[in-house]
Amino acid sequence: MKKITGAQAFIEALRCEGVTHAFGYPGGAVLDIFDAIMDARDIQFILSRHEQGAVHAADGYARASGRVGVCLVTSGPGATNTVTGIATAYMDSIPIVVFTGQVPTHLIGNDAFQEADIVGITRPCTKHNYLVKDVCDLGRVIKEAFYIARTGRPGPVLVDLPKNVMNSTVNFKYPDSVSLDSYCPTYKGHQGQIRRIMGVILKSRRPVIYAGGGVTLADASKELAEFARRLKLPVTTTLMGMGAFPSDDPLSLGMLGMHGTYAANMTVTNSDCLIAVGARFDDRVTGKVDEFAPKARIIHIDIDPTSISKNVKVDLPVVGDCRMVLRGMLAELAGKDAELAEMVSQTEPWRREIGDWKKQQPLKYCKSENIKPQYVIEMIDEIAPDDTIITTEVGQNQMWTAQFYKFNEPRHFLTSGGLGTMGYGFPAAIGAQAAFPGRTVIDIAGDGSIQMNIQELATVVQYNLPVKVMILNNGYLGMVRQWQSLFYKKRYSHTSMAVAPDFVKLAEAYGAKGLRVTRPEDVKDAIREALRIPGPVFVDFVVDPEEDVYPMVPAGAPINNMLLV
Amino acid sequence: MRHAISVYVDNQAGVLSRVVGLFSGRGFNIESLSVAPTLDPAKSMMVITTTGNEQVLEQIKKQLNKLINVIKVVDCADRDYVEREMILVKIKAEKETRAEVLRIADIFRAKVIDVSPKSYTLSLTGDKSKLEGFVEILTPLGIIDLVRTGTVVMEREMQGRRKLT
Repeated sequence: MKKITGAQAFIEALRCEGVTHAFGYPGGAVLDIFDAIMDARDIQFILSRHEQGAVHAADGYARASGRVGVCLVTSGPGATNTVTGIATAYMDSIPIVVFTGQVPTHLIGNDAFQEADIVGITRPCTKHNYLVKDVCDLGRVIKEAFYIARTGRPGPVLVDLPKNVMNSTVNFKYPDSVSLDSYCPTYKGHQGQIRRIMGVILKSRRPVIYAGGGVTLADASKELAEFARRLKLPVTTTLMGMGAFPSDDPLSLGMLGMHGTYAANMTVTNSDCLIAVGARFDDRVTGKVDEFAPKARIIHIDIDPTSISKNVKVDLPVVGDCRMVLRGMLAELAGKDAELAEMVSQTEPWRREIGDWKKQQPLKYCKSENIKPQYVIEMIDEIAPDDTIITTEVGQNQMWTAQFYKFNEPRHFLTSGGLGTMGYGFPAAIGAQAAFPGRTVIDIAGDGSIQMNIQELATVVQYNLPVKVMILNNGYLGMVRQWQSLFYKKRYSHTSMAVAPDFVKLAEAYGAKGLRVTRPEDVKDAIREALRIPGPVFVDFVVDPEEDVYPMVPAGAPINNMLLV
Repeated sequence: MRHAISVYVDNQAGVLSRVVGLFSGRGFNIESLSVAPTLDPAKSMMVITTTGNEQVLEQIKKQLNKLINVIKVVDCADRDYVEREMILVKIKAEKETRAEVLRIADIFRAKVIDVSPKSYTLSLTGDKSKLEGFVEILTPLGIIDLVRTGTVVMEREMQGRRKLT
């Protein structure tokens, strides 16, 4: 075994993990690693223009591909700039490993140049983190970091790498396995409990499935669809669950919660059996907790025991991997054809009632001579290929996308659900495009959000990543303005974005293409044109400035209390 | 309700901070805390006493279990256990009270560990209620200084015995 440097060992470890892409930004403390990266032709390194962009790109890469995203930045400000990205991934349970440079071990704690206690700073927003003090620990730590990031409830792991550890030498051997006696996630659900919940479901008369991001993370969409279709169960999804169940299935109710569909919220409120699968009863979903699904027995399937009975008291929990538990539930149907047929026929009136809710209050908006943002999204959905990956920023653009774009496949919709990070969508699109160079990747943005990581325009131009950014430009921080309009007597305090760059010229200044659309009749052509251009494109849709997102449940109200169009 | 939770953890830098951060980050209060290495020097035992309703405690225990460096979490409220903490009290002891302080120390089986012409320093171990009783009796005599350790707990060897009696 020949001796290699810590930096070379680091590259070797990435290879052993099968890493093909990394996102990051160099600096003093990581010079050794960046030097080693120059020789690692098998790992494509994508240089962002801000460390936050690098983490979101790693996150977008992970969400789109299902693999662990990798990010590498320097110490101090490089490390602190990753915090928002890490917190974003943490809230949405996204497997990424963030490597940060650190000052040499003998300077740690000395307030050295570009020193930050990033392990301390990120302790509450990582699944786990490490400071590598000895190069001999490097292999084990990286192995554990990837293992922890992708197993159980996935999440971000940070590894802090002091400069002297990276330039000292080691007899390097990457470990074959991890031994963590304190960490062993439960995958297989309790068999007796699975039998019990099937008993309850088969006797229910007003059942509904409430599916979240856990279904996508567990790659359980097929099992979910099979389960829902066999039992003819209506399915509503959270924002994170969009695409986990096909929107075009007649059993689909769309999203529930604050901006959920009328049918979804009415169904949950009137249900007698709520089957939560990989969801966590977020306040944006439940509204007033005491009146959430008040008549329902609540079944909760989740890999994370802390999610169970955290916000809503659960009657029948199953801790386990969504896919394995759903398979177990399907297996329980064997030999129960009569019971199943009975249940399906007994729940027929329930599905008719839901059908009426869908008919009474479909998602809608009023047409006008201005471009309606919802219309832009409907047209993107109509024109973009089926395998398009959509990312969004946060706010109205995100909610309209969730409502009006029909997602039929998991991992097609990347959005910051838990943390609600403006500036997420554009760099996340970079990560998705890097993972799938041949597919169309579209960031649906607002004029406010896009400015939060606009510097990544240089990245898409440098690597010729043909990301299409569709800006719904209403000249406002639209969602905040909407709340001010509804609850603060239209006092629009600091939500005007009237002073903004000319996005077309800005895109051109970076070397990308820019298009502007001001009339509804030009929307379709502009989308087609953007998709035809081989490189990155910004399309500036000047939309109705005061359009609101409906339905809307006021904060803290029960979810059947909706403001409608 | 007050709970003593014993948490068996990896003896590594930062583990205490992870555990404590979990409490503070969720607004849970720690009443007392003691940490020390176990027979296996690579592991430490933390004993945390805290209060909260069942739902809060359930969440605390699950969150503790979720930490990578936490190996085992036991809520002593579910078990028969013995608990001890220690107190050091520096108390005024001048002519008229000098004998009285010693009598009280004797009743509680406290030890005198430091003497000066005007004070005694006493040490006492016991459970929370015994220590509280001790402090209550001593207070009128003039406590100069007082320090207390966190609680340590150990399961009783014969579980369920108390339930029979």
